[in-house]
Amino acid sequence: MKKSIVKRTAVILLIILTTLLLSGCHGKRSGSAFSVPDHFDDKTPVEIVFWAKNDTNKNQVAVYQQAIDEFQALYPNVTVNMRLYTDYSRIYNDVITNISTNTTPNVCITYPDHIATYLTGSNTVAVLDDLIKDARFGLGGSEVRFDAPKADEIVPEFLRECRIGEHTYAMPYMRSTEALYINEDLVKKLGYEVPDVPTWDFVWEVSEKAMEQEEDGTFKVNGQKVLIPFIYKSTDNMMISMLKQLDAPYSTDAGEILIFNDTTKGLLEEIYTHGRSRAFSTFAISSYPGNFLNAGQCIFAIDSTAGATWMGSDAPLQDIHKEQVVRFSTRVTPIPQFHPDQPKMISQGPSVCVFSKENDQEVLASWLFVQYLLTNGIQLGYAETEGYLPVTTKAQNSAEYRDYLARKGEDNKEHYRVKIEASELLMKHTADTFVTPVFNGSASLRSAAGQLIENTVKGARRKQEMNDAFIDKLYSEVKSLYRLDQISGTKQERKIPTSSKAVLGLIVGVWVLIGLFKLREARKNKTKQGK
Amino acid sequence: MKKILALVLALALVSCAIIAMAEDVPVMTKEEYDKAAVDDPVCVETYVQANQSWWDGKITVYAQGEDGAYFLYNMVCAEEDAPKLVPGTKIKAHGYKAEWSGEIEIADAVFEILEADPYIAEAEDVTALLGTDDLIKHMNEKVAFKGLKVAPSKVEGQDGEYAFLYAYDNSGSHDSNSDLYFNVELNGEVFTFTVESYLCGNDSDVYKAVEGLKIGDTIDCEGFLYWYNGANPHITGVTVTAAAE
Repeated sequence: MKKSIVKRTAVILLIILTTLLLSGCHGKRSGSAFSVPDHFDDKTPVEIVFWAKNDTNKNQVAVYQQAIDEFQALYPNVTVNMRLYTDYSRIYNDVITNISTNTTPNVCITYPDHIATYLTGSNTVAVLDDLIKDARFGLGGSEVRFDAPKADEIVPEFLRECRIGEHTYAMPYMRSTEALYINEDLVKKLGYEVPDVPTWDFVWEVSEKAMEQEEDGTFKVNGQKVLIPFIYKSTDNMMISMLKQLDAPYSTDAGEILIFNDTTKGLLEEIYTHGRSRAFSTFAISSYPGNFLNAGQCIFAIDSTAGATWMGSDAPLQDIHKEQVVRFSTRVTPIPQFHPDQPKMISQGPSVCVFSKENDQEVLASWLFVQYLLTNGIQLGYAETEGYLPVTTKAQNSAEYRDYLARKGEDNKEHYRVKIEASELLMKHTADTFVTPVFNGSASLRSAAGQLIENTVKGARRKQEMNDAFIDKLYSEVKSLYRLDQISGTKQERKIPTSSKAVLGLIVGVWVLIGLFKLREARKNKTKQGK
Repeated sequence: MKKILALVLALALVSCAIIAMAEDVPVMTKEEYDKAAVDDPVCVETYVQANQSWWDGKITVYAQGEDGAYFLYNMVCAEEDAPKLVPGTKIKAHGYKAEWSGEIEIADAVFEILEADPYIAEAEDVTALLGTDDLIKHMNEKVAFKGLKVAPSKVEGQDGEYAFLYAYDNSGSHDSNSDLYFNVELNGEVFTFTVESYLCGNDSDVYKAVEGLKIGDTIDCEGFLYWYNGANPHITGVTVTAAAE
């Protein structure tokens, strides 16, 4: 009798503790884990909300709309409502706001960094591993009503980027990297030849040489009053890429912040000198690199390959007046490298995630729509709007895409040479791409990396002195601004939380009590037997 | 709560840093401000005329006093202070003079609100200056344009003509609160005006008024003379004075 009481008490306590422990593993909101339904209900109407991001490009909007129309024709009971954004940070902000009210979209264009933050809510983002493998509804599954790619037809590097911890939370949608767009005529005029893979030293040296001015203030190399030889659009990427190329610390996979180190300091000191001479500037400080490049006022412009349609004299998209555009030969190369024989460049571009919902059919419909975004028609249609690369080998190897690449330079619209060369750059260097570790707070760290450069260049332009005090103050301000001391995973935050400690203590305590109870029982029995 | 506190502290730290850097600069007249070089520290006393929506600890303000106008880009501002920046409010702002695609602005500014009678600038009619080199002298000011005809906007690769576009290439929409672009014609020259959605969003009167425009309408406009590789007024008011036939 007493034995069974002990057992029952232990079982009940264990259940309570397990519940406590499991609830402690999650965020504030509870949600139900998704399991793949037996069938797709094609009778009950389902509405899914899709938050999409475009580069202010009507052709991209048209491709999204094409995907929706074709998908709805295949699944007539599903309605896809699209909301368009032109800015990832706005999507990120809106998703976070909507997590708290349980009104997230069903499908969302996103970055893994952002997903890591979304995951602080319980079951907020659907885990896709089971869906990907499902024989019926998985990638290219038997009950999928269109020609979807199989799992092994997703470029493995790009699929890996969508894994956070042990699970896949997104599918890659498009990929790009950064390219160095060069006014080759001005480089030659300065007495240099453009190497296949320029080094940082080369770019700095040519940029400084270009700063020579005539007595009237015009720059010798372009004969204009304005020249910023080197402009980097994304300083986040600039710092991240420089550190990666030097194999220098940035963060650990667990989220320990390592960026505030001496290598970073050395890079900032170098950047400072070129900010001070005005040979280098950034998008945030001066404006779009492409505008300066096309006006003959910039020699080295670094921007996304997904911005290639804005780059060059013949660019189909121009943001400056026609009369300001000058004629020059545009070279497209990898971004500058410290070790050109081992180039490293960032992998970026939109991924797409599915949000968890109570209704499994809604999640399944969302997943099917995500798969539709990976079909050749959509992949090629979207990739060709810019210098994007399709994320499936199925699309990359298709005859249609091969024909598209082969027609490079045939016209200055669909087959604009610079755009296709930008896509080819990533295709050639897919194995040389990298991404930074993803964790809750990695998006902030990324912004902080760029802010270090922005503040350094501003400081240089504003005639502040570069010294240890400057760096110390900069590090302190940036840490504070992006709350990097609060990110989980940093050393001081990796301690076990108090609540978890309490639960663990309780478990130990309960087992000790059970042990003591058992011991007491055993003694009693022994005493009885002895008697 | 912790996050809010941390954000406030971070903003305070940034504000202190910027104030410390710029504190030596005395309040400037508009003439002194105009003479300052890009990247020089500047300090002005001026009056808020309008602002773009607060975002992530920053706010962009269109400001004007009796001696001239300023564009305060991404001024450091706590969320609870944003509602205090109503039109007419006098502020003292420290920052750095900057130039972004031709727009002369004050960057990295911090501000304090000053006790003073409110001042609302009158829109100056600069219609006659459209297309002339003198228009730039009115950069950032509240301005008016009268008797303009709505000219067709086109999208590259399409045959259609529109009275306005959602985003520069019509890739946006009302629901996504896209900027509106519309062309106006005066004396045979065409100019592009913008409804900046962070200034006047899709629920504003001017946004709705532009959505209702027809090609050929004659209109009066009011707004702030923003600059982006040329004049790019941010329009805050549109009145149709003669509807297209």
